[in-house]
Amino acid sequence: MAELNLHLKVWRQKNKEDKGRFVDYDIQGISTEMSILEMLDVLNEKLIKEGTDPVAFEHDCREGVCGCCGIFINGRAHGPLKRITTCQLYMRHFKDGETIVLEPWRAKGFPVLKDLMVDRSAFDRIIAAGGFIAVNTGGAPDANAVPIPKHNSEKALDAAECIGCGACVAACKNASAMLFVSAKVAHLVRLPQGKPEREKRVFAMLNQMEKEGFGSCTNTEACSAECPKGISMDVIAELRREYFRASLKQENN
Amino acid sequence: MKLDSKIPAGNLAEKWSNQKFNYKLVNPANKRKYEIIVVGTGLAGASAAASLAELGYKVKAFCYQDSPRRAHSIAAQGGINASKNYQNDGDSVYRLFYDTVKGGDYRSREANVYRLAEVSSNIIDQCVAQGVPFAREYGGLLDNRSFGGAQVSRTFYARGETGQQLLLGAYSAMMRQVGMGNIELFTRSDIQDIVVVDGRARGIVLRNMVSGQIQSYVADAVILATGGYGNVFYLSTNAKGCNATAIWRAHKKGALFANPCFTQIHPTCIPVSGSYQSKLTLMSESLRNDGRIWVPKDPKDKRAPNEIPEFERDYFLERKYPSFGNLVPRDVASRNAKEMIDDGKGVGLTGKAVYLDFAEAIQRLGKDTIIEKYGNLFEMYEQITNEDPYKVPMRIYPASHYTMGGLWVDYNLMTTIPGLFALGECNFSDHGANRLGASALMQGLADGYFIISYSISDYLAQLKKDKLTTDAPEFKNSEKEVDNKIKRLLNINGSKTVDELHRELGIVMWDYVGMSRNAEGLNKAKKMIKDIRDDFWKNVKIIGTNEEINQSLEKAARVADFLELGELIAEDALQRNESCGGHFREESQTEENEAKRDDENCSHVAAWEYSGADKPEVLHKEQLQFEFVKPSQRSYK
Amino acid sequence: MGWFLKFIDSSVGKKLVMALTGLFLYLFLIEHVIANLLLLNNDNGEAYTIYAEVLGSSYNIPLRIIEFGLFFFLLYHSINGARLWWTNRKAKGIPYLVNRASENSSFFSRFMIQSGSIIFIFLVIHLKSFFVNYRLGNPGDTMYQGVVKTFENPLYSWFYIFAMILLAFHLVHAFQSAFQTLGLRHNKYTPFLKSFGVILSILICAGFALIPVYFLYLHNAGGY
Ligand SMILES: Cc1cc2nc3c(=O)[nH]c(=O)nc-3n(C[C@H](O)[C@H](O)[C@H](O)COP(=O)(O)OP(=O)(O)OC[C@H]3O[C@@H](n4cnc5c(N)ncnc54)[C@H](O)[C@@H]3O)c2cc1C
Ligand code: SF4
Ligand code: FES
Repeated sequence: MAELNLHLKVWRQKNKEDKGRFVDYDIQGISTEMSILEMLDVLNEKLIKEGTDPVAFEHDCREGVCGCCGIFINGRAHGPLKRITTCQLYMRHFKDGETIVLEPWRAKGFPVLKDLMVDRSAFDRIIAAGGFIAVNTGGAPDANAVPIPKHNSEKALDAAECIGCGACVAACKNASAMLFVSAKVAHLVRLPQGKPEREKRVFAMLNQMEKEGFGSCTNTEACSAECPKGISMDVIAELRREYFRASLKQENN
Repeated sequence: MKLDSKIPAGNLAEKWSNQKFNYKLVNPANKRKYEIIVVGTGLAGASAAASLAELGYKVKAFCYQDSPRRAHSIAAQGGINASKNYQNDGDSVYRLFYDTVKGGDYRSREANVYRLAEVSSNIIDQCVAQGVPFAREYGGLLDNRSFGGAQVSRTFYARGETGQQLLLGAYSAMMRQVGMGNIELFTRSDIQDIVVVDGRARGIVLRNMVSGQIQSYVADAVILATGGYGNVFYLSTNAKGCNATAIWRAHKKGALFANPCFTQIHPTCIPVSGSYQSKLTLMSESLRNDGRIWVPKDPKDKRAPNEIPEFERDYFLERKYPSFGNLVPRDVASRNAKEMIDDGKGVGLTGKAVYLDFAEAIQRLGKDTIIEKYGNLFEMYEQITNEDPYKVPMRIYPASHYTMGGLWVDYNLMTTIPGLFALGECNFSDHGANRLGASALMQGLADGYFIISYSISDYLAQLKKDKLTTDAPEFKNSEKEVDNKIKRLLNINGSKTVDELHRELGIVMWDYVGMSRNAEGLNKAKKMIKDIRDDFWKNVKIIGTNEEINQSLEKAARVADFLELGELIAEDALQRNESCGGHFREESQTEENEAKRDDENCSHVAAWEYSGADKPEVLHKEQLQFEFVKPSQRSYK
Repeated sequence: MGWFLKFIDSSVGKKLVMALTGLFLYLFLIEHVIANLLLLNNDNGEAYTIYAEVLGSSYNIPLRIIEFGLFFFLLYHSINGARLWWTNRKAKGIPYLVNRASENSSFFSRFMIQSGSIIFIFLVIHLKSFFVNYRLGNPGDTMYQGVVKTFENPLYSWFYIFAMILLAFHLVHAFQSAFQTLGLRHNKYTPFLKSFGVILSILICAGFALIPVYFLYLHNAGGY
């Protein structure tokens, strides 16, 4: 176990209206066994004791599944490692004396609320627009009534693993939410249960995505490269097929 | 106060059908006149909100996260039980019921558990219809795995992320209703109080976590589905934000709190690495199928694990429980690990861990098989610890994981405050003194999808509609109270951070109210918790104001409640003079140091009534009747 | 019709238009580069002149239509591309202080607007020197002679070569991106399409760049 002395450059912004700025902090004796969020805990304890406002950052499960955490660390969404969330990033991946730059997700659709916290409620509204299968409680047929090929079910799960963290939007130069939207569209359309509403769903979700001010996908593939769950670009191609299909099929649209 | 569990009469198998028939219904056209508040959007809350909105009720849903999808149910890994008997291995509603009652060490209500087993099948149907991609076999039918405490294979799963997939199903059902305008969603809302008017729960008071505003909402009924209180131990497998505030406030407003001392410690978690540790990560229980648990025989032995020869190792579970070996239930495994560590045989830098060794399994089955079975867990372990478990044995340590205790509810899931319901982990209803793996998800969804919509209609149908608004004095008083508490917290300006104080509480809880408890320790703990509480109210330091995002303030309000709840847990543990399930009283053990129940004196639910600040809580007992299963002593030798 | 306009102006539709017009332009480039290679035929431009005459004949109605389409698509592609870039830039808002985009995406994919804009400027000049002069104007010499004259100017030639390098950048991303945009992606063929696109794009641009190199250095050296 080694200890690190680090220099931090953290985005500080009091609230939505504040313009925000970077503030520098020096921090000593950081164990390499800490997660980066624990390092921020240590920083915050220190700041509180000094009588200054601690850094606000989002987190909850701290094991990579709730999708709360998300910091742009040294120029990368969720930091330098692939396929992990911010809370799963350990300090051993940094060097003694290193400067670590911490920024909030940047996108019009994700306004900064405070410091490193952003408002991702746009994602909820996209799901509310169509990211579901419309079945009411009760009356579902027996779970084994419709066999689903193992392969299809696994492929659906691949897409369903999205944790809604927003790293895709953060990494994308266009702030596009295509990977997030496509992951849900692909998850549902890969299952027989999701097919009846496929046309309606893809229109509704894409419309909402545009309304929320996210950009258009230009296939840079940054989203998939930075996605902690490794959601594949395949889902975006699939969404487009769905959209073309729906455009040709659906009436009144 | 007389506790009436309202268990319907009749044969076990017919109780629920009879009850459903006897419930009064709300006329469909009238449903939209009723407003229901659902606090919590985990499996229990989201499923309840969706189902009620589908029926036509006007629902308001609240959570503290930025999105309902992030409730802690998302973190459940292993799976969900259901008595489908798809494997043809002899499962049935009755067997699931029996296993659950036995697993809970005969401290749960038979009728509730039977109903849980009965609706379990519908849950799987519902989830599949919503698009939950459960694991399947090549033929396209659903796959199952086995889980602890059962001899049949009845656990449905989706890789290691069953909770996530189930929650996303419930979440999307709920968001559909949000989109249709039937549910109004309030995220980043920290519930601070429950409002009771004329003896009925009529609303909530919350702090808007962005603006700091104290806001009130009125309704005809209030449902709490706010999860467990495992964070009272500071370090736990729960998410950082998990809290007891809503149920504790309800408790203070008159809802009895049942079996607070029934907490579950999970044996296989990644150990603490230093004082900065903020939470503990669970490693699936399935690892104990192939891993062997050991410590060095000699406490002074500080050699690297691979240098310790076989004969100088103590495979203590295999030694003490030859027939179950490493597969003893969670509580037994946890307690034995603690014993070894208390004897100074703990391993690793901190000495607070035991080895979970796969060397023998790798040799026997080959590395490829191990990768296939546990690859992702090994990866996760390596990421956190930087040690390669294929080469060096894993280090594991028990951690607080689940709370069986919670708000007392009757058969209809209503607390002792009329109109206040509690669902999911925050009630006490189904798991007795110990919860079986994969049964919490089942319970949350059973409550939310299939029970509450019936039982709440019975309550609402008998209600006289009035025109109560949040201008009522009860709301104003409550708002003032919350506001005062926040002001008080912000004005202390002491010298300790909230986390420091929470950690202090956690240590006391862990040391004296953890895996192994005795009267002396519990009395000591009560005193120590009170001291920390006093210290908290004198010495806590919170920066900033209420009128902004203030994460320290949020934490402080939660810890303030944990500091009260912690004392009640200790008190409950003290009053329960027996060992059962997750509650181990050193005074009550067999000659072989195993947990010894006292069915004669302790076959009851301990329900606590709040009676004012700094006054001792009043204990009420609900006697448990076992008509169908005969309680017997567990043995794993 | 309303649905169609809405469709091509949606976030997915806009990109589809980019892909379809782009693929059309790509096809044109293939034709164009093959024809241009006739210039390298050491026949004093005979073959090329015949080609240019057939191509330029005002009776060749199908070709005129295609030509019109080509201009229309080129303009649409450019304007649409610029719009896409502008709205996307607005969607991003404040840029990061540190952004290691090279770790997650290709250089080419991130600089399409830049490469595209320079190519657009190049095209204006290029069209002016050849299309406008020889097809619309009355220059008094053959297209071949014009080509020789133009490329003997090293400044022009080097600008041309530079533009071709940028065009290669543009096409390397464009080719595979177009298929992704059309929803044509599969583990079976996408890796092939990606490498094929890179090779083809480089070949096309190298073919174009060969012309100025030839006329600057090799042609004269041949001494005609
Ligand atoms: C790591 C881990 C693994 C597990 N694995 C399994 C498993 O494999 N199988 C199994 O059956 N069980 C498992 N469990 C247990 C199971 O996940 C939980 O018991 C269950 O999900 C609880 O669901 P819930 O709906 O009651 O509460 P939660 O999902 O915890 O939801 C609580 C909700 O209440 C809200 N809330 C809480 N307090 C407030 C407040 N003050 N104001 C506003 N909102 C509030 C939260 O925002 C949240 O929406 C696991 C638990 C953990 C920790
Ligand atoms: S697609 Fe990946 S990066 Fe985007 S929200 Fe989902 S998990 Fe996060
Ligand atoms: S805190 Fe939950 S994913 Fe990081």
